[in-house]
Amino acid sequence: MALYSEVVMDHFMHPRNVGIIEDADGVGEVCNAKCGDIMKIYLKIENDIIVDVKFETFGCGSAIASSSMATEMIKGKSISEAMALTNKAVAEALDGLPAHKLHCSVLAEEAIKNALKDYYDRNGIPYDKSMFPDCEHCAHCE
Amino acid sequence: MQVYADNAATTQMSAVALEAMLPYFNKIYGNPSSLHSVGQEAKEALEDARARVAKCLGCEPREIIFTSGGSEADNQAIRSAAYYGARKNKKHIISTAFEHHAVLHTLEKLEKEGFEVTLLDVSQGHNITAQQVKDAIRADTCLVTTMYANNEIGSVLPIGEIGAVCKEAGVPFHTDAVQAAGHLQIDVKAQNIDMLSLSGHKFHGPKGVGALYVRRGIPLVNVIEGGAQERGKRAGTENIPAIMGMAAALEDACGHLQENMAKVTAMRERLIEGLSQIPHCALNGDRENRLPNNVSFCFEGIEGESLLLLLDMKGVCASSGSACTSGSLDPSHVLLAIGRVHDVAHGSLRLSLSEYNTPEEVEHILTVVPEVVAYLRSISPVWRDLQTGKRQYIL
Repeated sequence: MALYSEVVMDHFMHPRNVGIIEDADGVGEVCNAKCGDIMKIYLKIENDIIVDVKFETFGCGSAIASSSMATEMIKGKSISEAMALTNKAVAEALDGLPAHKLHCSVLAEEAIKNALKDYYDRNGIPYDKSMFPDCEHCAHCE
Repeated sequence: MQVYADNAATTQMSAVALEAMLPYFNKIYGNPSSLHSVGQEAKEALEDARARVAKCLGCEPREIIFTSGGSEADNQAIRSAAYYGARKNKKHIISTAFEHHAVLHTLEKLEKEGFEVTLLDVSQGHNITAQQVKDAIRADTCLVTTMYANNEIGSVLPIGEIGAVCKEAGVPFHTDAVQAAGHLQIDVKAQNIDMLSLSGHKFHGPKGVGALYVRRGIPLVNVIEGGAQERGKRAGTENIPAIMGMAAALEDACGHLQENMAKVTAMRERLIEGLSQIPHCALNGDRENRLPNNVSFCFEGIEGESLLLLLDMKGVCASSGSACTSGSLDPSHVLLAIGRVHDVAHGSLRLSLSEYNTPEEVEHILTVVPEVVAYLRSISPVWRDLQTGKRQYIL
């Protein structure tokens, strides 16, 4: 039995949406303070629609695959749809992750939420703070 | 091309070992404890294997106990010395911070039982000195246990010097020689080693078998209770096929020691030289006193598990001390012990060779590792921050 599903390996070997967006409208960076993986998401947003998304990830195969899958799942979607993306949905779309790798999908959900929060902040749009992850404690993101 | 460069994890069994094992499954199948001729035939083979293993280590056959592997041998050696010490009110043990878990976890258990453990610092030169051992020895020290050579970073410890220090102080000395046996010249008498653990599958022998050398006169406690096998020190019917395979493999390894060392060291040097060209990397482990087969690097800005997966796709089997490969979210305690910070330990790669590898395979590794490192850096936010000056390079 392989370590990862075929979908995970496909997204790991051929990650979609890798790179950066120079004039991004929102950028989110999160890390897992424990394992040290870091994920960065760039969003281009027009009329409430995510017209482009890119990512960079420092992490294991499942972290890279989770970033790739999560960006695919929000591309072309509205902000509210992107906000509704859960780590569970990312893991399911990847045809499952090993139990000790589920935190990688959490990282993807949090990176997207952080990028959306950055978009709100930049545009002075009010939001409910409780809807976003608290990444303050993480030394990597200072 | 598939290149197996994970020989510190396990080795391919040799034809010599396999041949040596086969008759003992269905032809000479007796139980060595049986009185009849079928059993005695197996007993003779067992004692012959014991003599051959002893010869490779420079000890007497009666000083060898066969075990299920290196971990069991480590457990038994350490517990025996600890409990013997406790009887004389000596409950202090000296070891190092980069031991294998078979040693470290046994020591942790003993700490819970009231023993005090000093783990020597390994951050200077990624090794320890005999002077460190000497300075740590106390009146109540009952055991010094240090590995012969480190499994992750390849540092070879000054075993002979440590042995001399322990002998002078009258403290028993155990060494976990799992990575050294069959790869380095060992002479337990000359090196003043009181106990030594080894494992069959690290030198092209079978898995599930090992040996513990115990100098005559050192009392052992049993890890496995039962029958009177192994002079009453290790119960359970002997795994004769595995023991025969291990003895053959060890004899073969020791018979070709210099030749294999020269061949493997040359490939190691080529790999170290080539991989050192990758920017912002560092070699882990003692540069001079090093296992012939060990190459261990940290590459800044990348993570080890993704590195291993991509290398595997390109035909290179290796290993890493990255947190992501550990299953525990923590990077290797060995890399942390030598002073690598978490982020850097995350990007570690261990290549461990054997004489079965070829210079062509080494060149293949040297082609694919830089490509994969460069690719992973190209998608790493950490690498971008390092390049744009938002983060400072550590390596």
